[in-house]
Amino acid sequence: MDAVLHISTLHYLVLGAALFLLGVIGVLTRRNVVVVLMSIELILNAVNLNLVAFSRYWGGLHGQVFAIFVITDAAAEAAVGLGILIAFFRNKETVNMDEVNLLKW
Amino acid sequence: MLFLDHIWLIPLLPAFGATLTFFFGRKLQKATVSAVCAGAIVVAFLFACGAVWQYTNWASTPENFHRPYQTILYTWLGTDTGHLTYVLHHGKRTAPFQADVGFLLDPLSSIWLLFVTGVGMLIHIYSIGYMAHEGGYYRFFGYLNLFMFSMLTLILANNYVLLFVGWEGVGLCSYLLIGFYFHRKSASDAANKAFIVNRIGDAGFLLGMFFVAWYFGSLRFTDVTRLAHSGQFAIGDPIITAATLLLFVGACGKSAQLPLYIWLPDAMEGPTPVSALIHAATMVTAGIYMVARSNALFVLAPTSMKTVAIVGALTAIFAASIGLVQNDIKRVLAYSTVSQLGYMFLALGVGAFSAGVFHVFTHAFFKALLFLGAGSVIHAMSGEQDMRNMGDLHRRIPVTHWTMFIATLAIAGIPPFAGFFSKDEILWQTWTSEGGAYRLLWVVGYFTALMTAFYMFRLMYLSFHGRPRMSHEVEHHIHESPTSMTGPLVVLAVCSLFAGFLGWPHSLGGSDRFAKFLEPVFAREAQVLTEQGRAAQVAAGEKEAERTTSIEYLLMFLSVAAGVVGWGMAWKAYRHADRGYVEPIAAAPPLYKWLLNKYYVDEGYDYVFTGRRKIGDTRLGALGLGEASAWFDSNIVDGLVNGAGWITRLTATISSWWDKWVIDGVGVNGPAILARMLSYPVRLFEWGLVQWYALVMTAGLVGFVFYYVYH
Repeated sequence: MDAVLHISTLHYLVLGAALFLLGVIGVLTRRNVVVVLMSIELILNAVNLNLVAFSRYWGGLHGQVFAIFVITDAAAEAAVGLGILIAFFRNKETVNMDEVNLLKW
Repeated sequence: MLFLDHIWLIPLLPAFGATLTFFFGRKLQKATVSAVCAGAIVVAFLFACGAVWQYTNWASTPENFHRPYQTILYTWLGTDTGHLTYVLHHGKRTAPFQADVGFLLDPLSSIWLLFVTGVGMLIHIYSIGYMAHEGGYYRFFGYLNLFMFSMLTLILANNYVLLFVGWEGVGLCSYLLIGFYFHRKSASDAANKAFIVNRIGDAGFLLGMFFVAWYFGSLRFTDVTRLAHSGQFAIGDPIITAATLLLFVGACGKSAQLPLYIWLPDAMEGPTPVSALIHAATMVTAGIYMVARSNALFVLAPTSMKTVAIVGALTAIFAASIGLVQNDIKRVLAYSTVSQLGYMFLALGVGAFSAGVFHVFTHAFFKALLFLGAGSVIHAMSGEQDMRNMGDLHRRIPVTHWTMFIATLAIAGIPPFAGFFSKDEILWQTWTSEGGAYRLLWVVGYFTALMTAFYMFRLMYLSFHGRPRMSHEVEHHIHESPTSMTGPLVVLAVCSLFAGFLGWPHSLGGSDRFAKFLEPVFAREAQVLTEQGRAAQVAAGEKEAERTTSIEYLLMFLSVAAGVVGWGMAWKAYRHADRGYVEPIAAAPPLYKWLLNKYYVDEGYDYVFTGRRKIGDTRLGALGLGEASAWFDSNIVDGLVNGAGWITRLTATISSWWDKWVIDGVGVNGPAILARMLSYPVRLFEWGLVQWYALVMTAGLVGFVFYYVYH
């Protein structure tokens, strides 16, 4: 019982790692830019989870404050990313990442 | 001393008239314009009389005995602080560069002042009648007043620079008034000619002035005269000779002497009162005034004196001979003026300064009278100037006829009219001066006197006697001029009759008051010249007894005889002149043609100096110089320019080839090509797909993790 009820730092880290992995797989495999952005949000939140978990573990507030910063940053990043996406869609009428291949030599 | 202290008002009065006329003349009534402009001259004349009267009183007091009166208003050019200096010719001393607005009144300028304002006043009054029906009335009077201002500045200046200001001012007014009928091409051409020819003379005057400043360290007449008298300069000093010769070039331009006389006959394009005022009585005597003013310098330069005398005598006979056959009434008078000016220079050149000035004085009256009379004739003839179309006018315009007749007697040297005394004095002085070295010039002057009498009586007989030769319409309109024109004629006729008495010679029991009046200015020069002459006499082994009065009587008789003979010849030839009359000189056709065309001097100048005509295929003179310069410019200068351009382009081509193929091709593009080639394998990894990059990054991360975890 004890083991079941007690949610240790490790649990958080495992959940964070799982979320991170899901995010990475999403970023690498999905072709829809919207989904890729959502996957990035997953990665960021995985990191947030880690930060909050360690914050609790160490008994300080730095991690939590930093997590709020990351959330803010994520919001800004989503806004910019979606803005680029809309501009992109207006030009190419697609949101497929495979068709975005101009960024090369 | 009211008048003498305010002598600067004399030139300012006409300046005021001119200013008023130029600014408001268009809006003013003709009566107002004539009242202001003629009034200014009348006041100036009265003022001048007052000033001269006060001067004679002032100069007869013991402390100011025979001194010139000088008043300096302010320093106009340079400074009086001594900061602006230049080094004199000997390099030891500096002199301040300075010219004043200062006025000098001495007997010489007094005479000019009186006759310029007097004759000027009469001509202004005459112009009121003459110009009554002309356009540009206010413009004419404005120019006349501006002229009077300049002329009075010239006369009253106390230094060469201010004299030059007046000198240029009268030149400008002469230009403006010759070109008064500017819509006529010939008038504007004549104006340009006068201005340009005068400019040549002015260049000489300026250079002469620079020499004087450089040599004497001052441009004030009093200073220069004092230094010239001081004895530190030898007679025949080369710099003084050069300076005086250059000044004489200026006088030649202004006073229409050979070879610069050509502008004066053409200047007759101007209105007749202008010819009378500027081109007969006043402005053209400015050169004589300047030479007389510089008499102390000229006496130190015998070469210059000889030049002046010879040029004067040659001009006198040259112009008189042209005048013999001219048909335009004003042109005859113009050549007569040139000839008489030659007389005056002859007098100056032989050292008879006061005789020359005396002739200027008498000539001002009778020549102004002749011109004004000619203007009256032209007025009566509805603008006709050709004497071939006149005749029998003496009954129609008697006042003009009789006044002109008096002037003709005066200029022909018939006693007791004014011209006799002055001309006879010149001839007598020419005969005696320097122990008789100038007797050849006396012969020239004598024949000139004969010719003068002939052409003047020819003018009288052709225009006033003989058969009428004008058209009926013109004949119908002939009328005597209004009183404003005949009045000045009468006054001038009286002057022509009596002015000569001022110089009644000693040999006829007179006292020659004129020469006595001028003595303070010329006495010293006369002394120097007498000594020179005595030396020449001793050298020639002649006796002093040569200067006897019996010879003077003989010469006097001869010159009167010349006048009478000339008169008689003209009487015989032209008394009954009808249509198609024959000129006596036409008996020798080449000579007649030669004279009628004025010795082809204008044509010669066109060939040699202006280049308007070509000699064969070559063009000389100014235009030739222009053409040669244009050729030099377009062939040599432009050739060099184009050559330089061609070389620049060649080197640029080589340079650009080098830049394109060597610098760019090898140096710049070479490394670029190398980099591009080396970049091919690297570029294979650049897909452009974000997710591939993310995949590689993740793979790398995983790789590192594995490496660190399992290593």
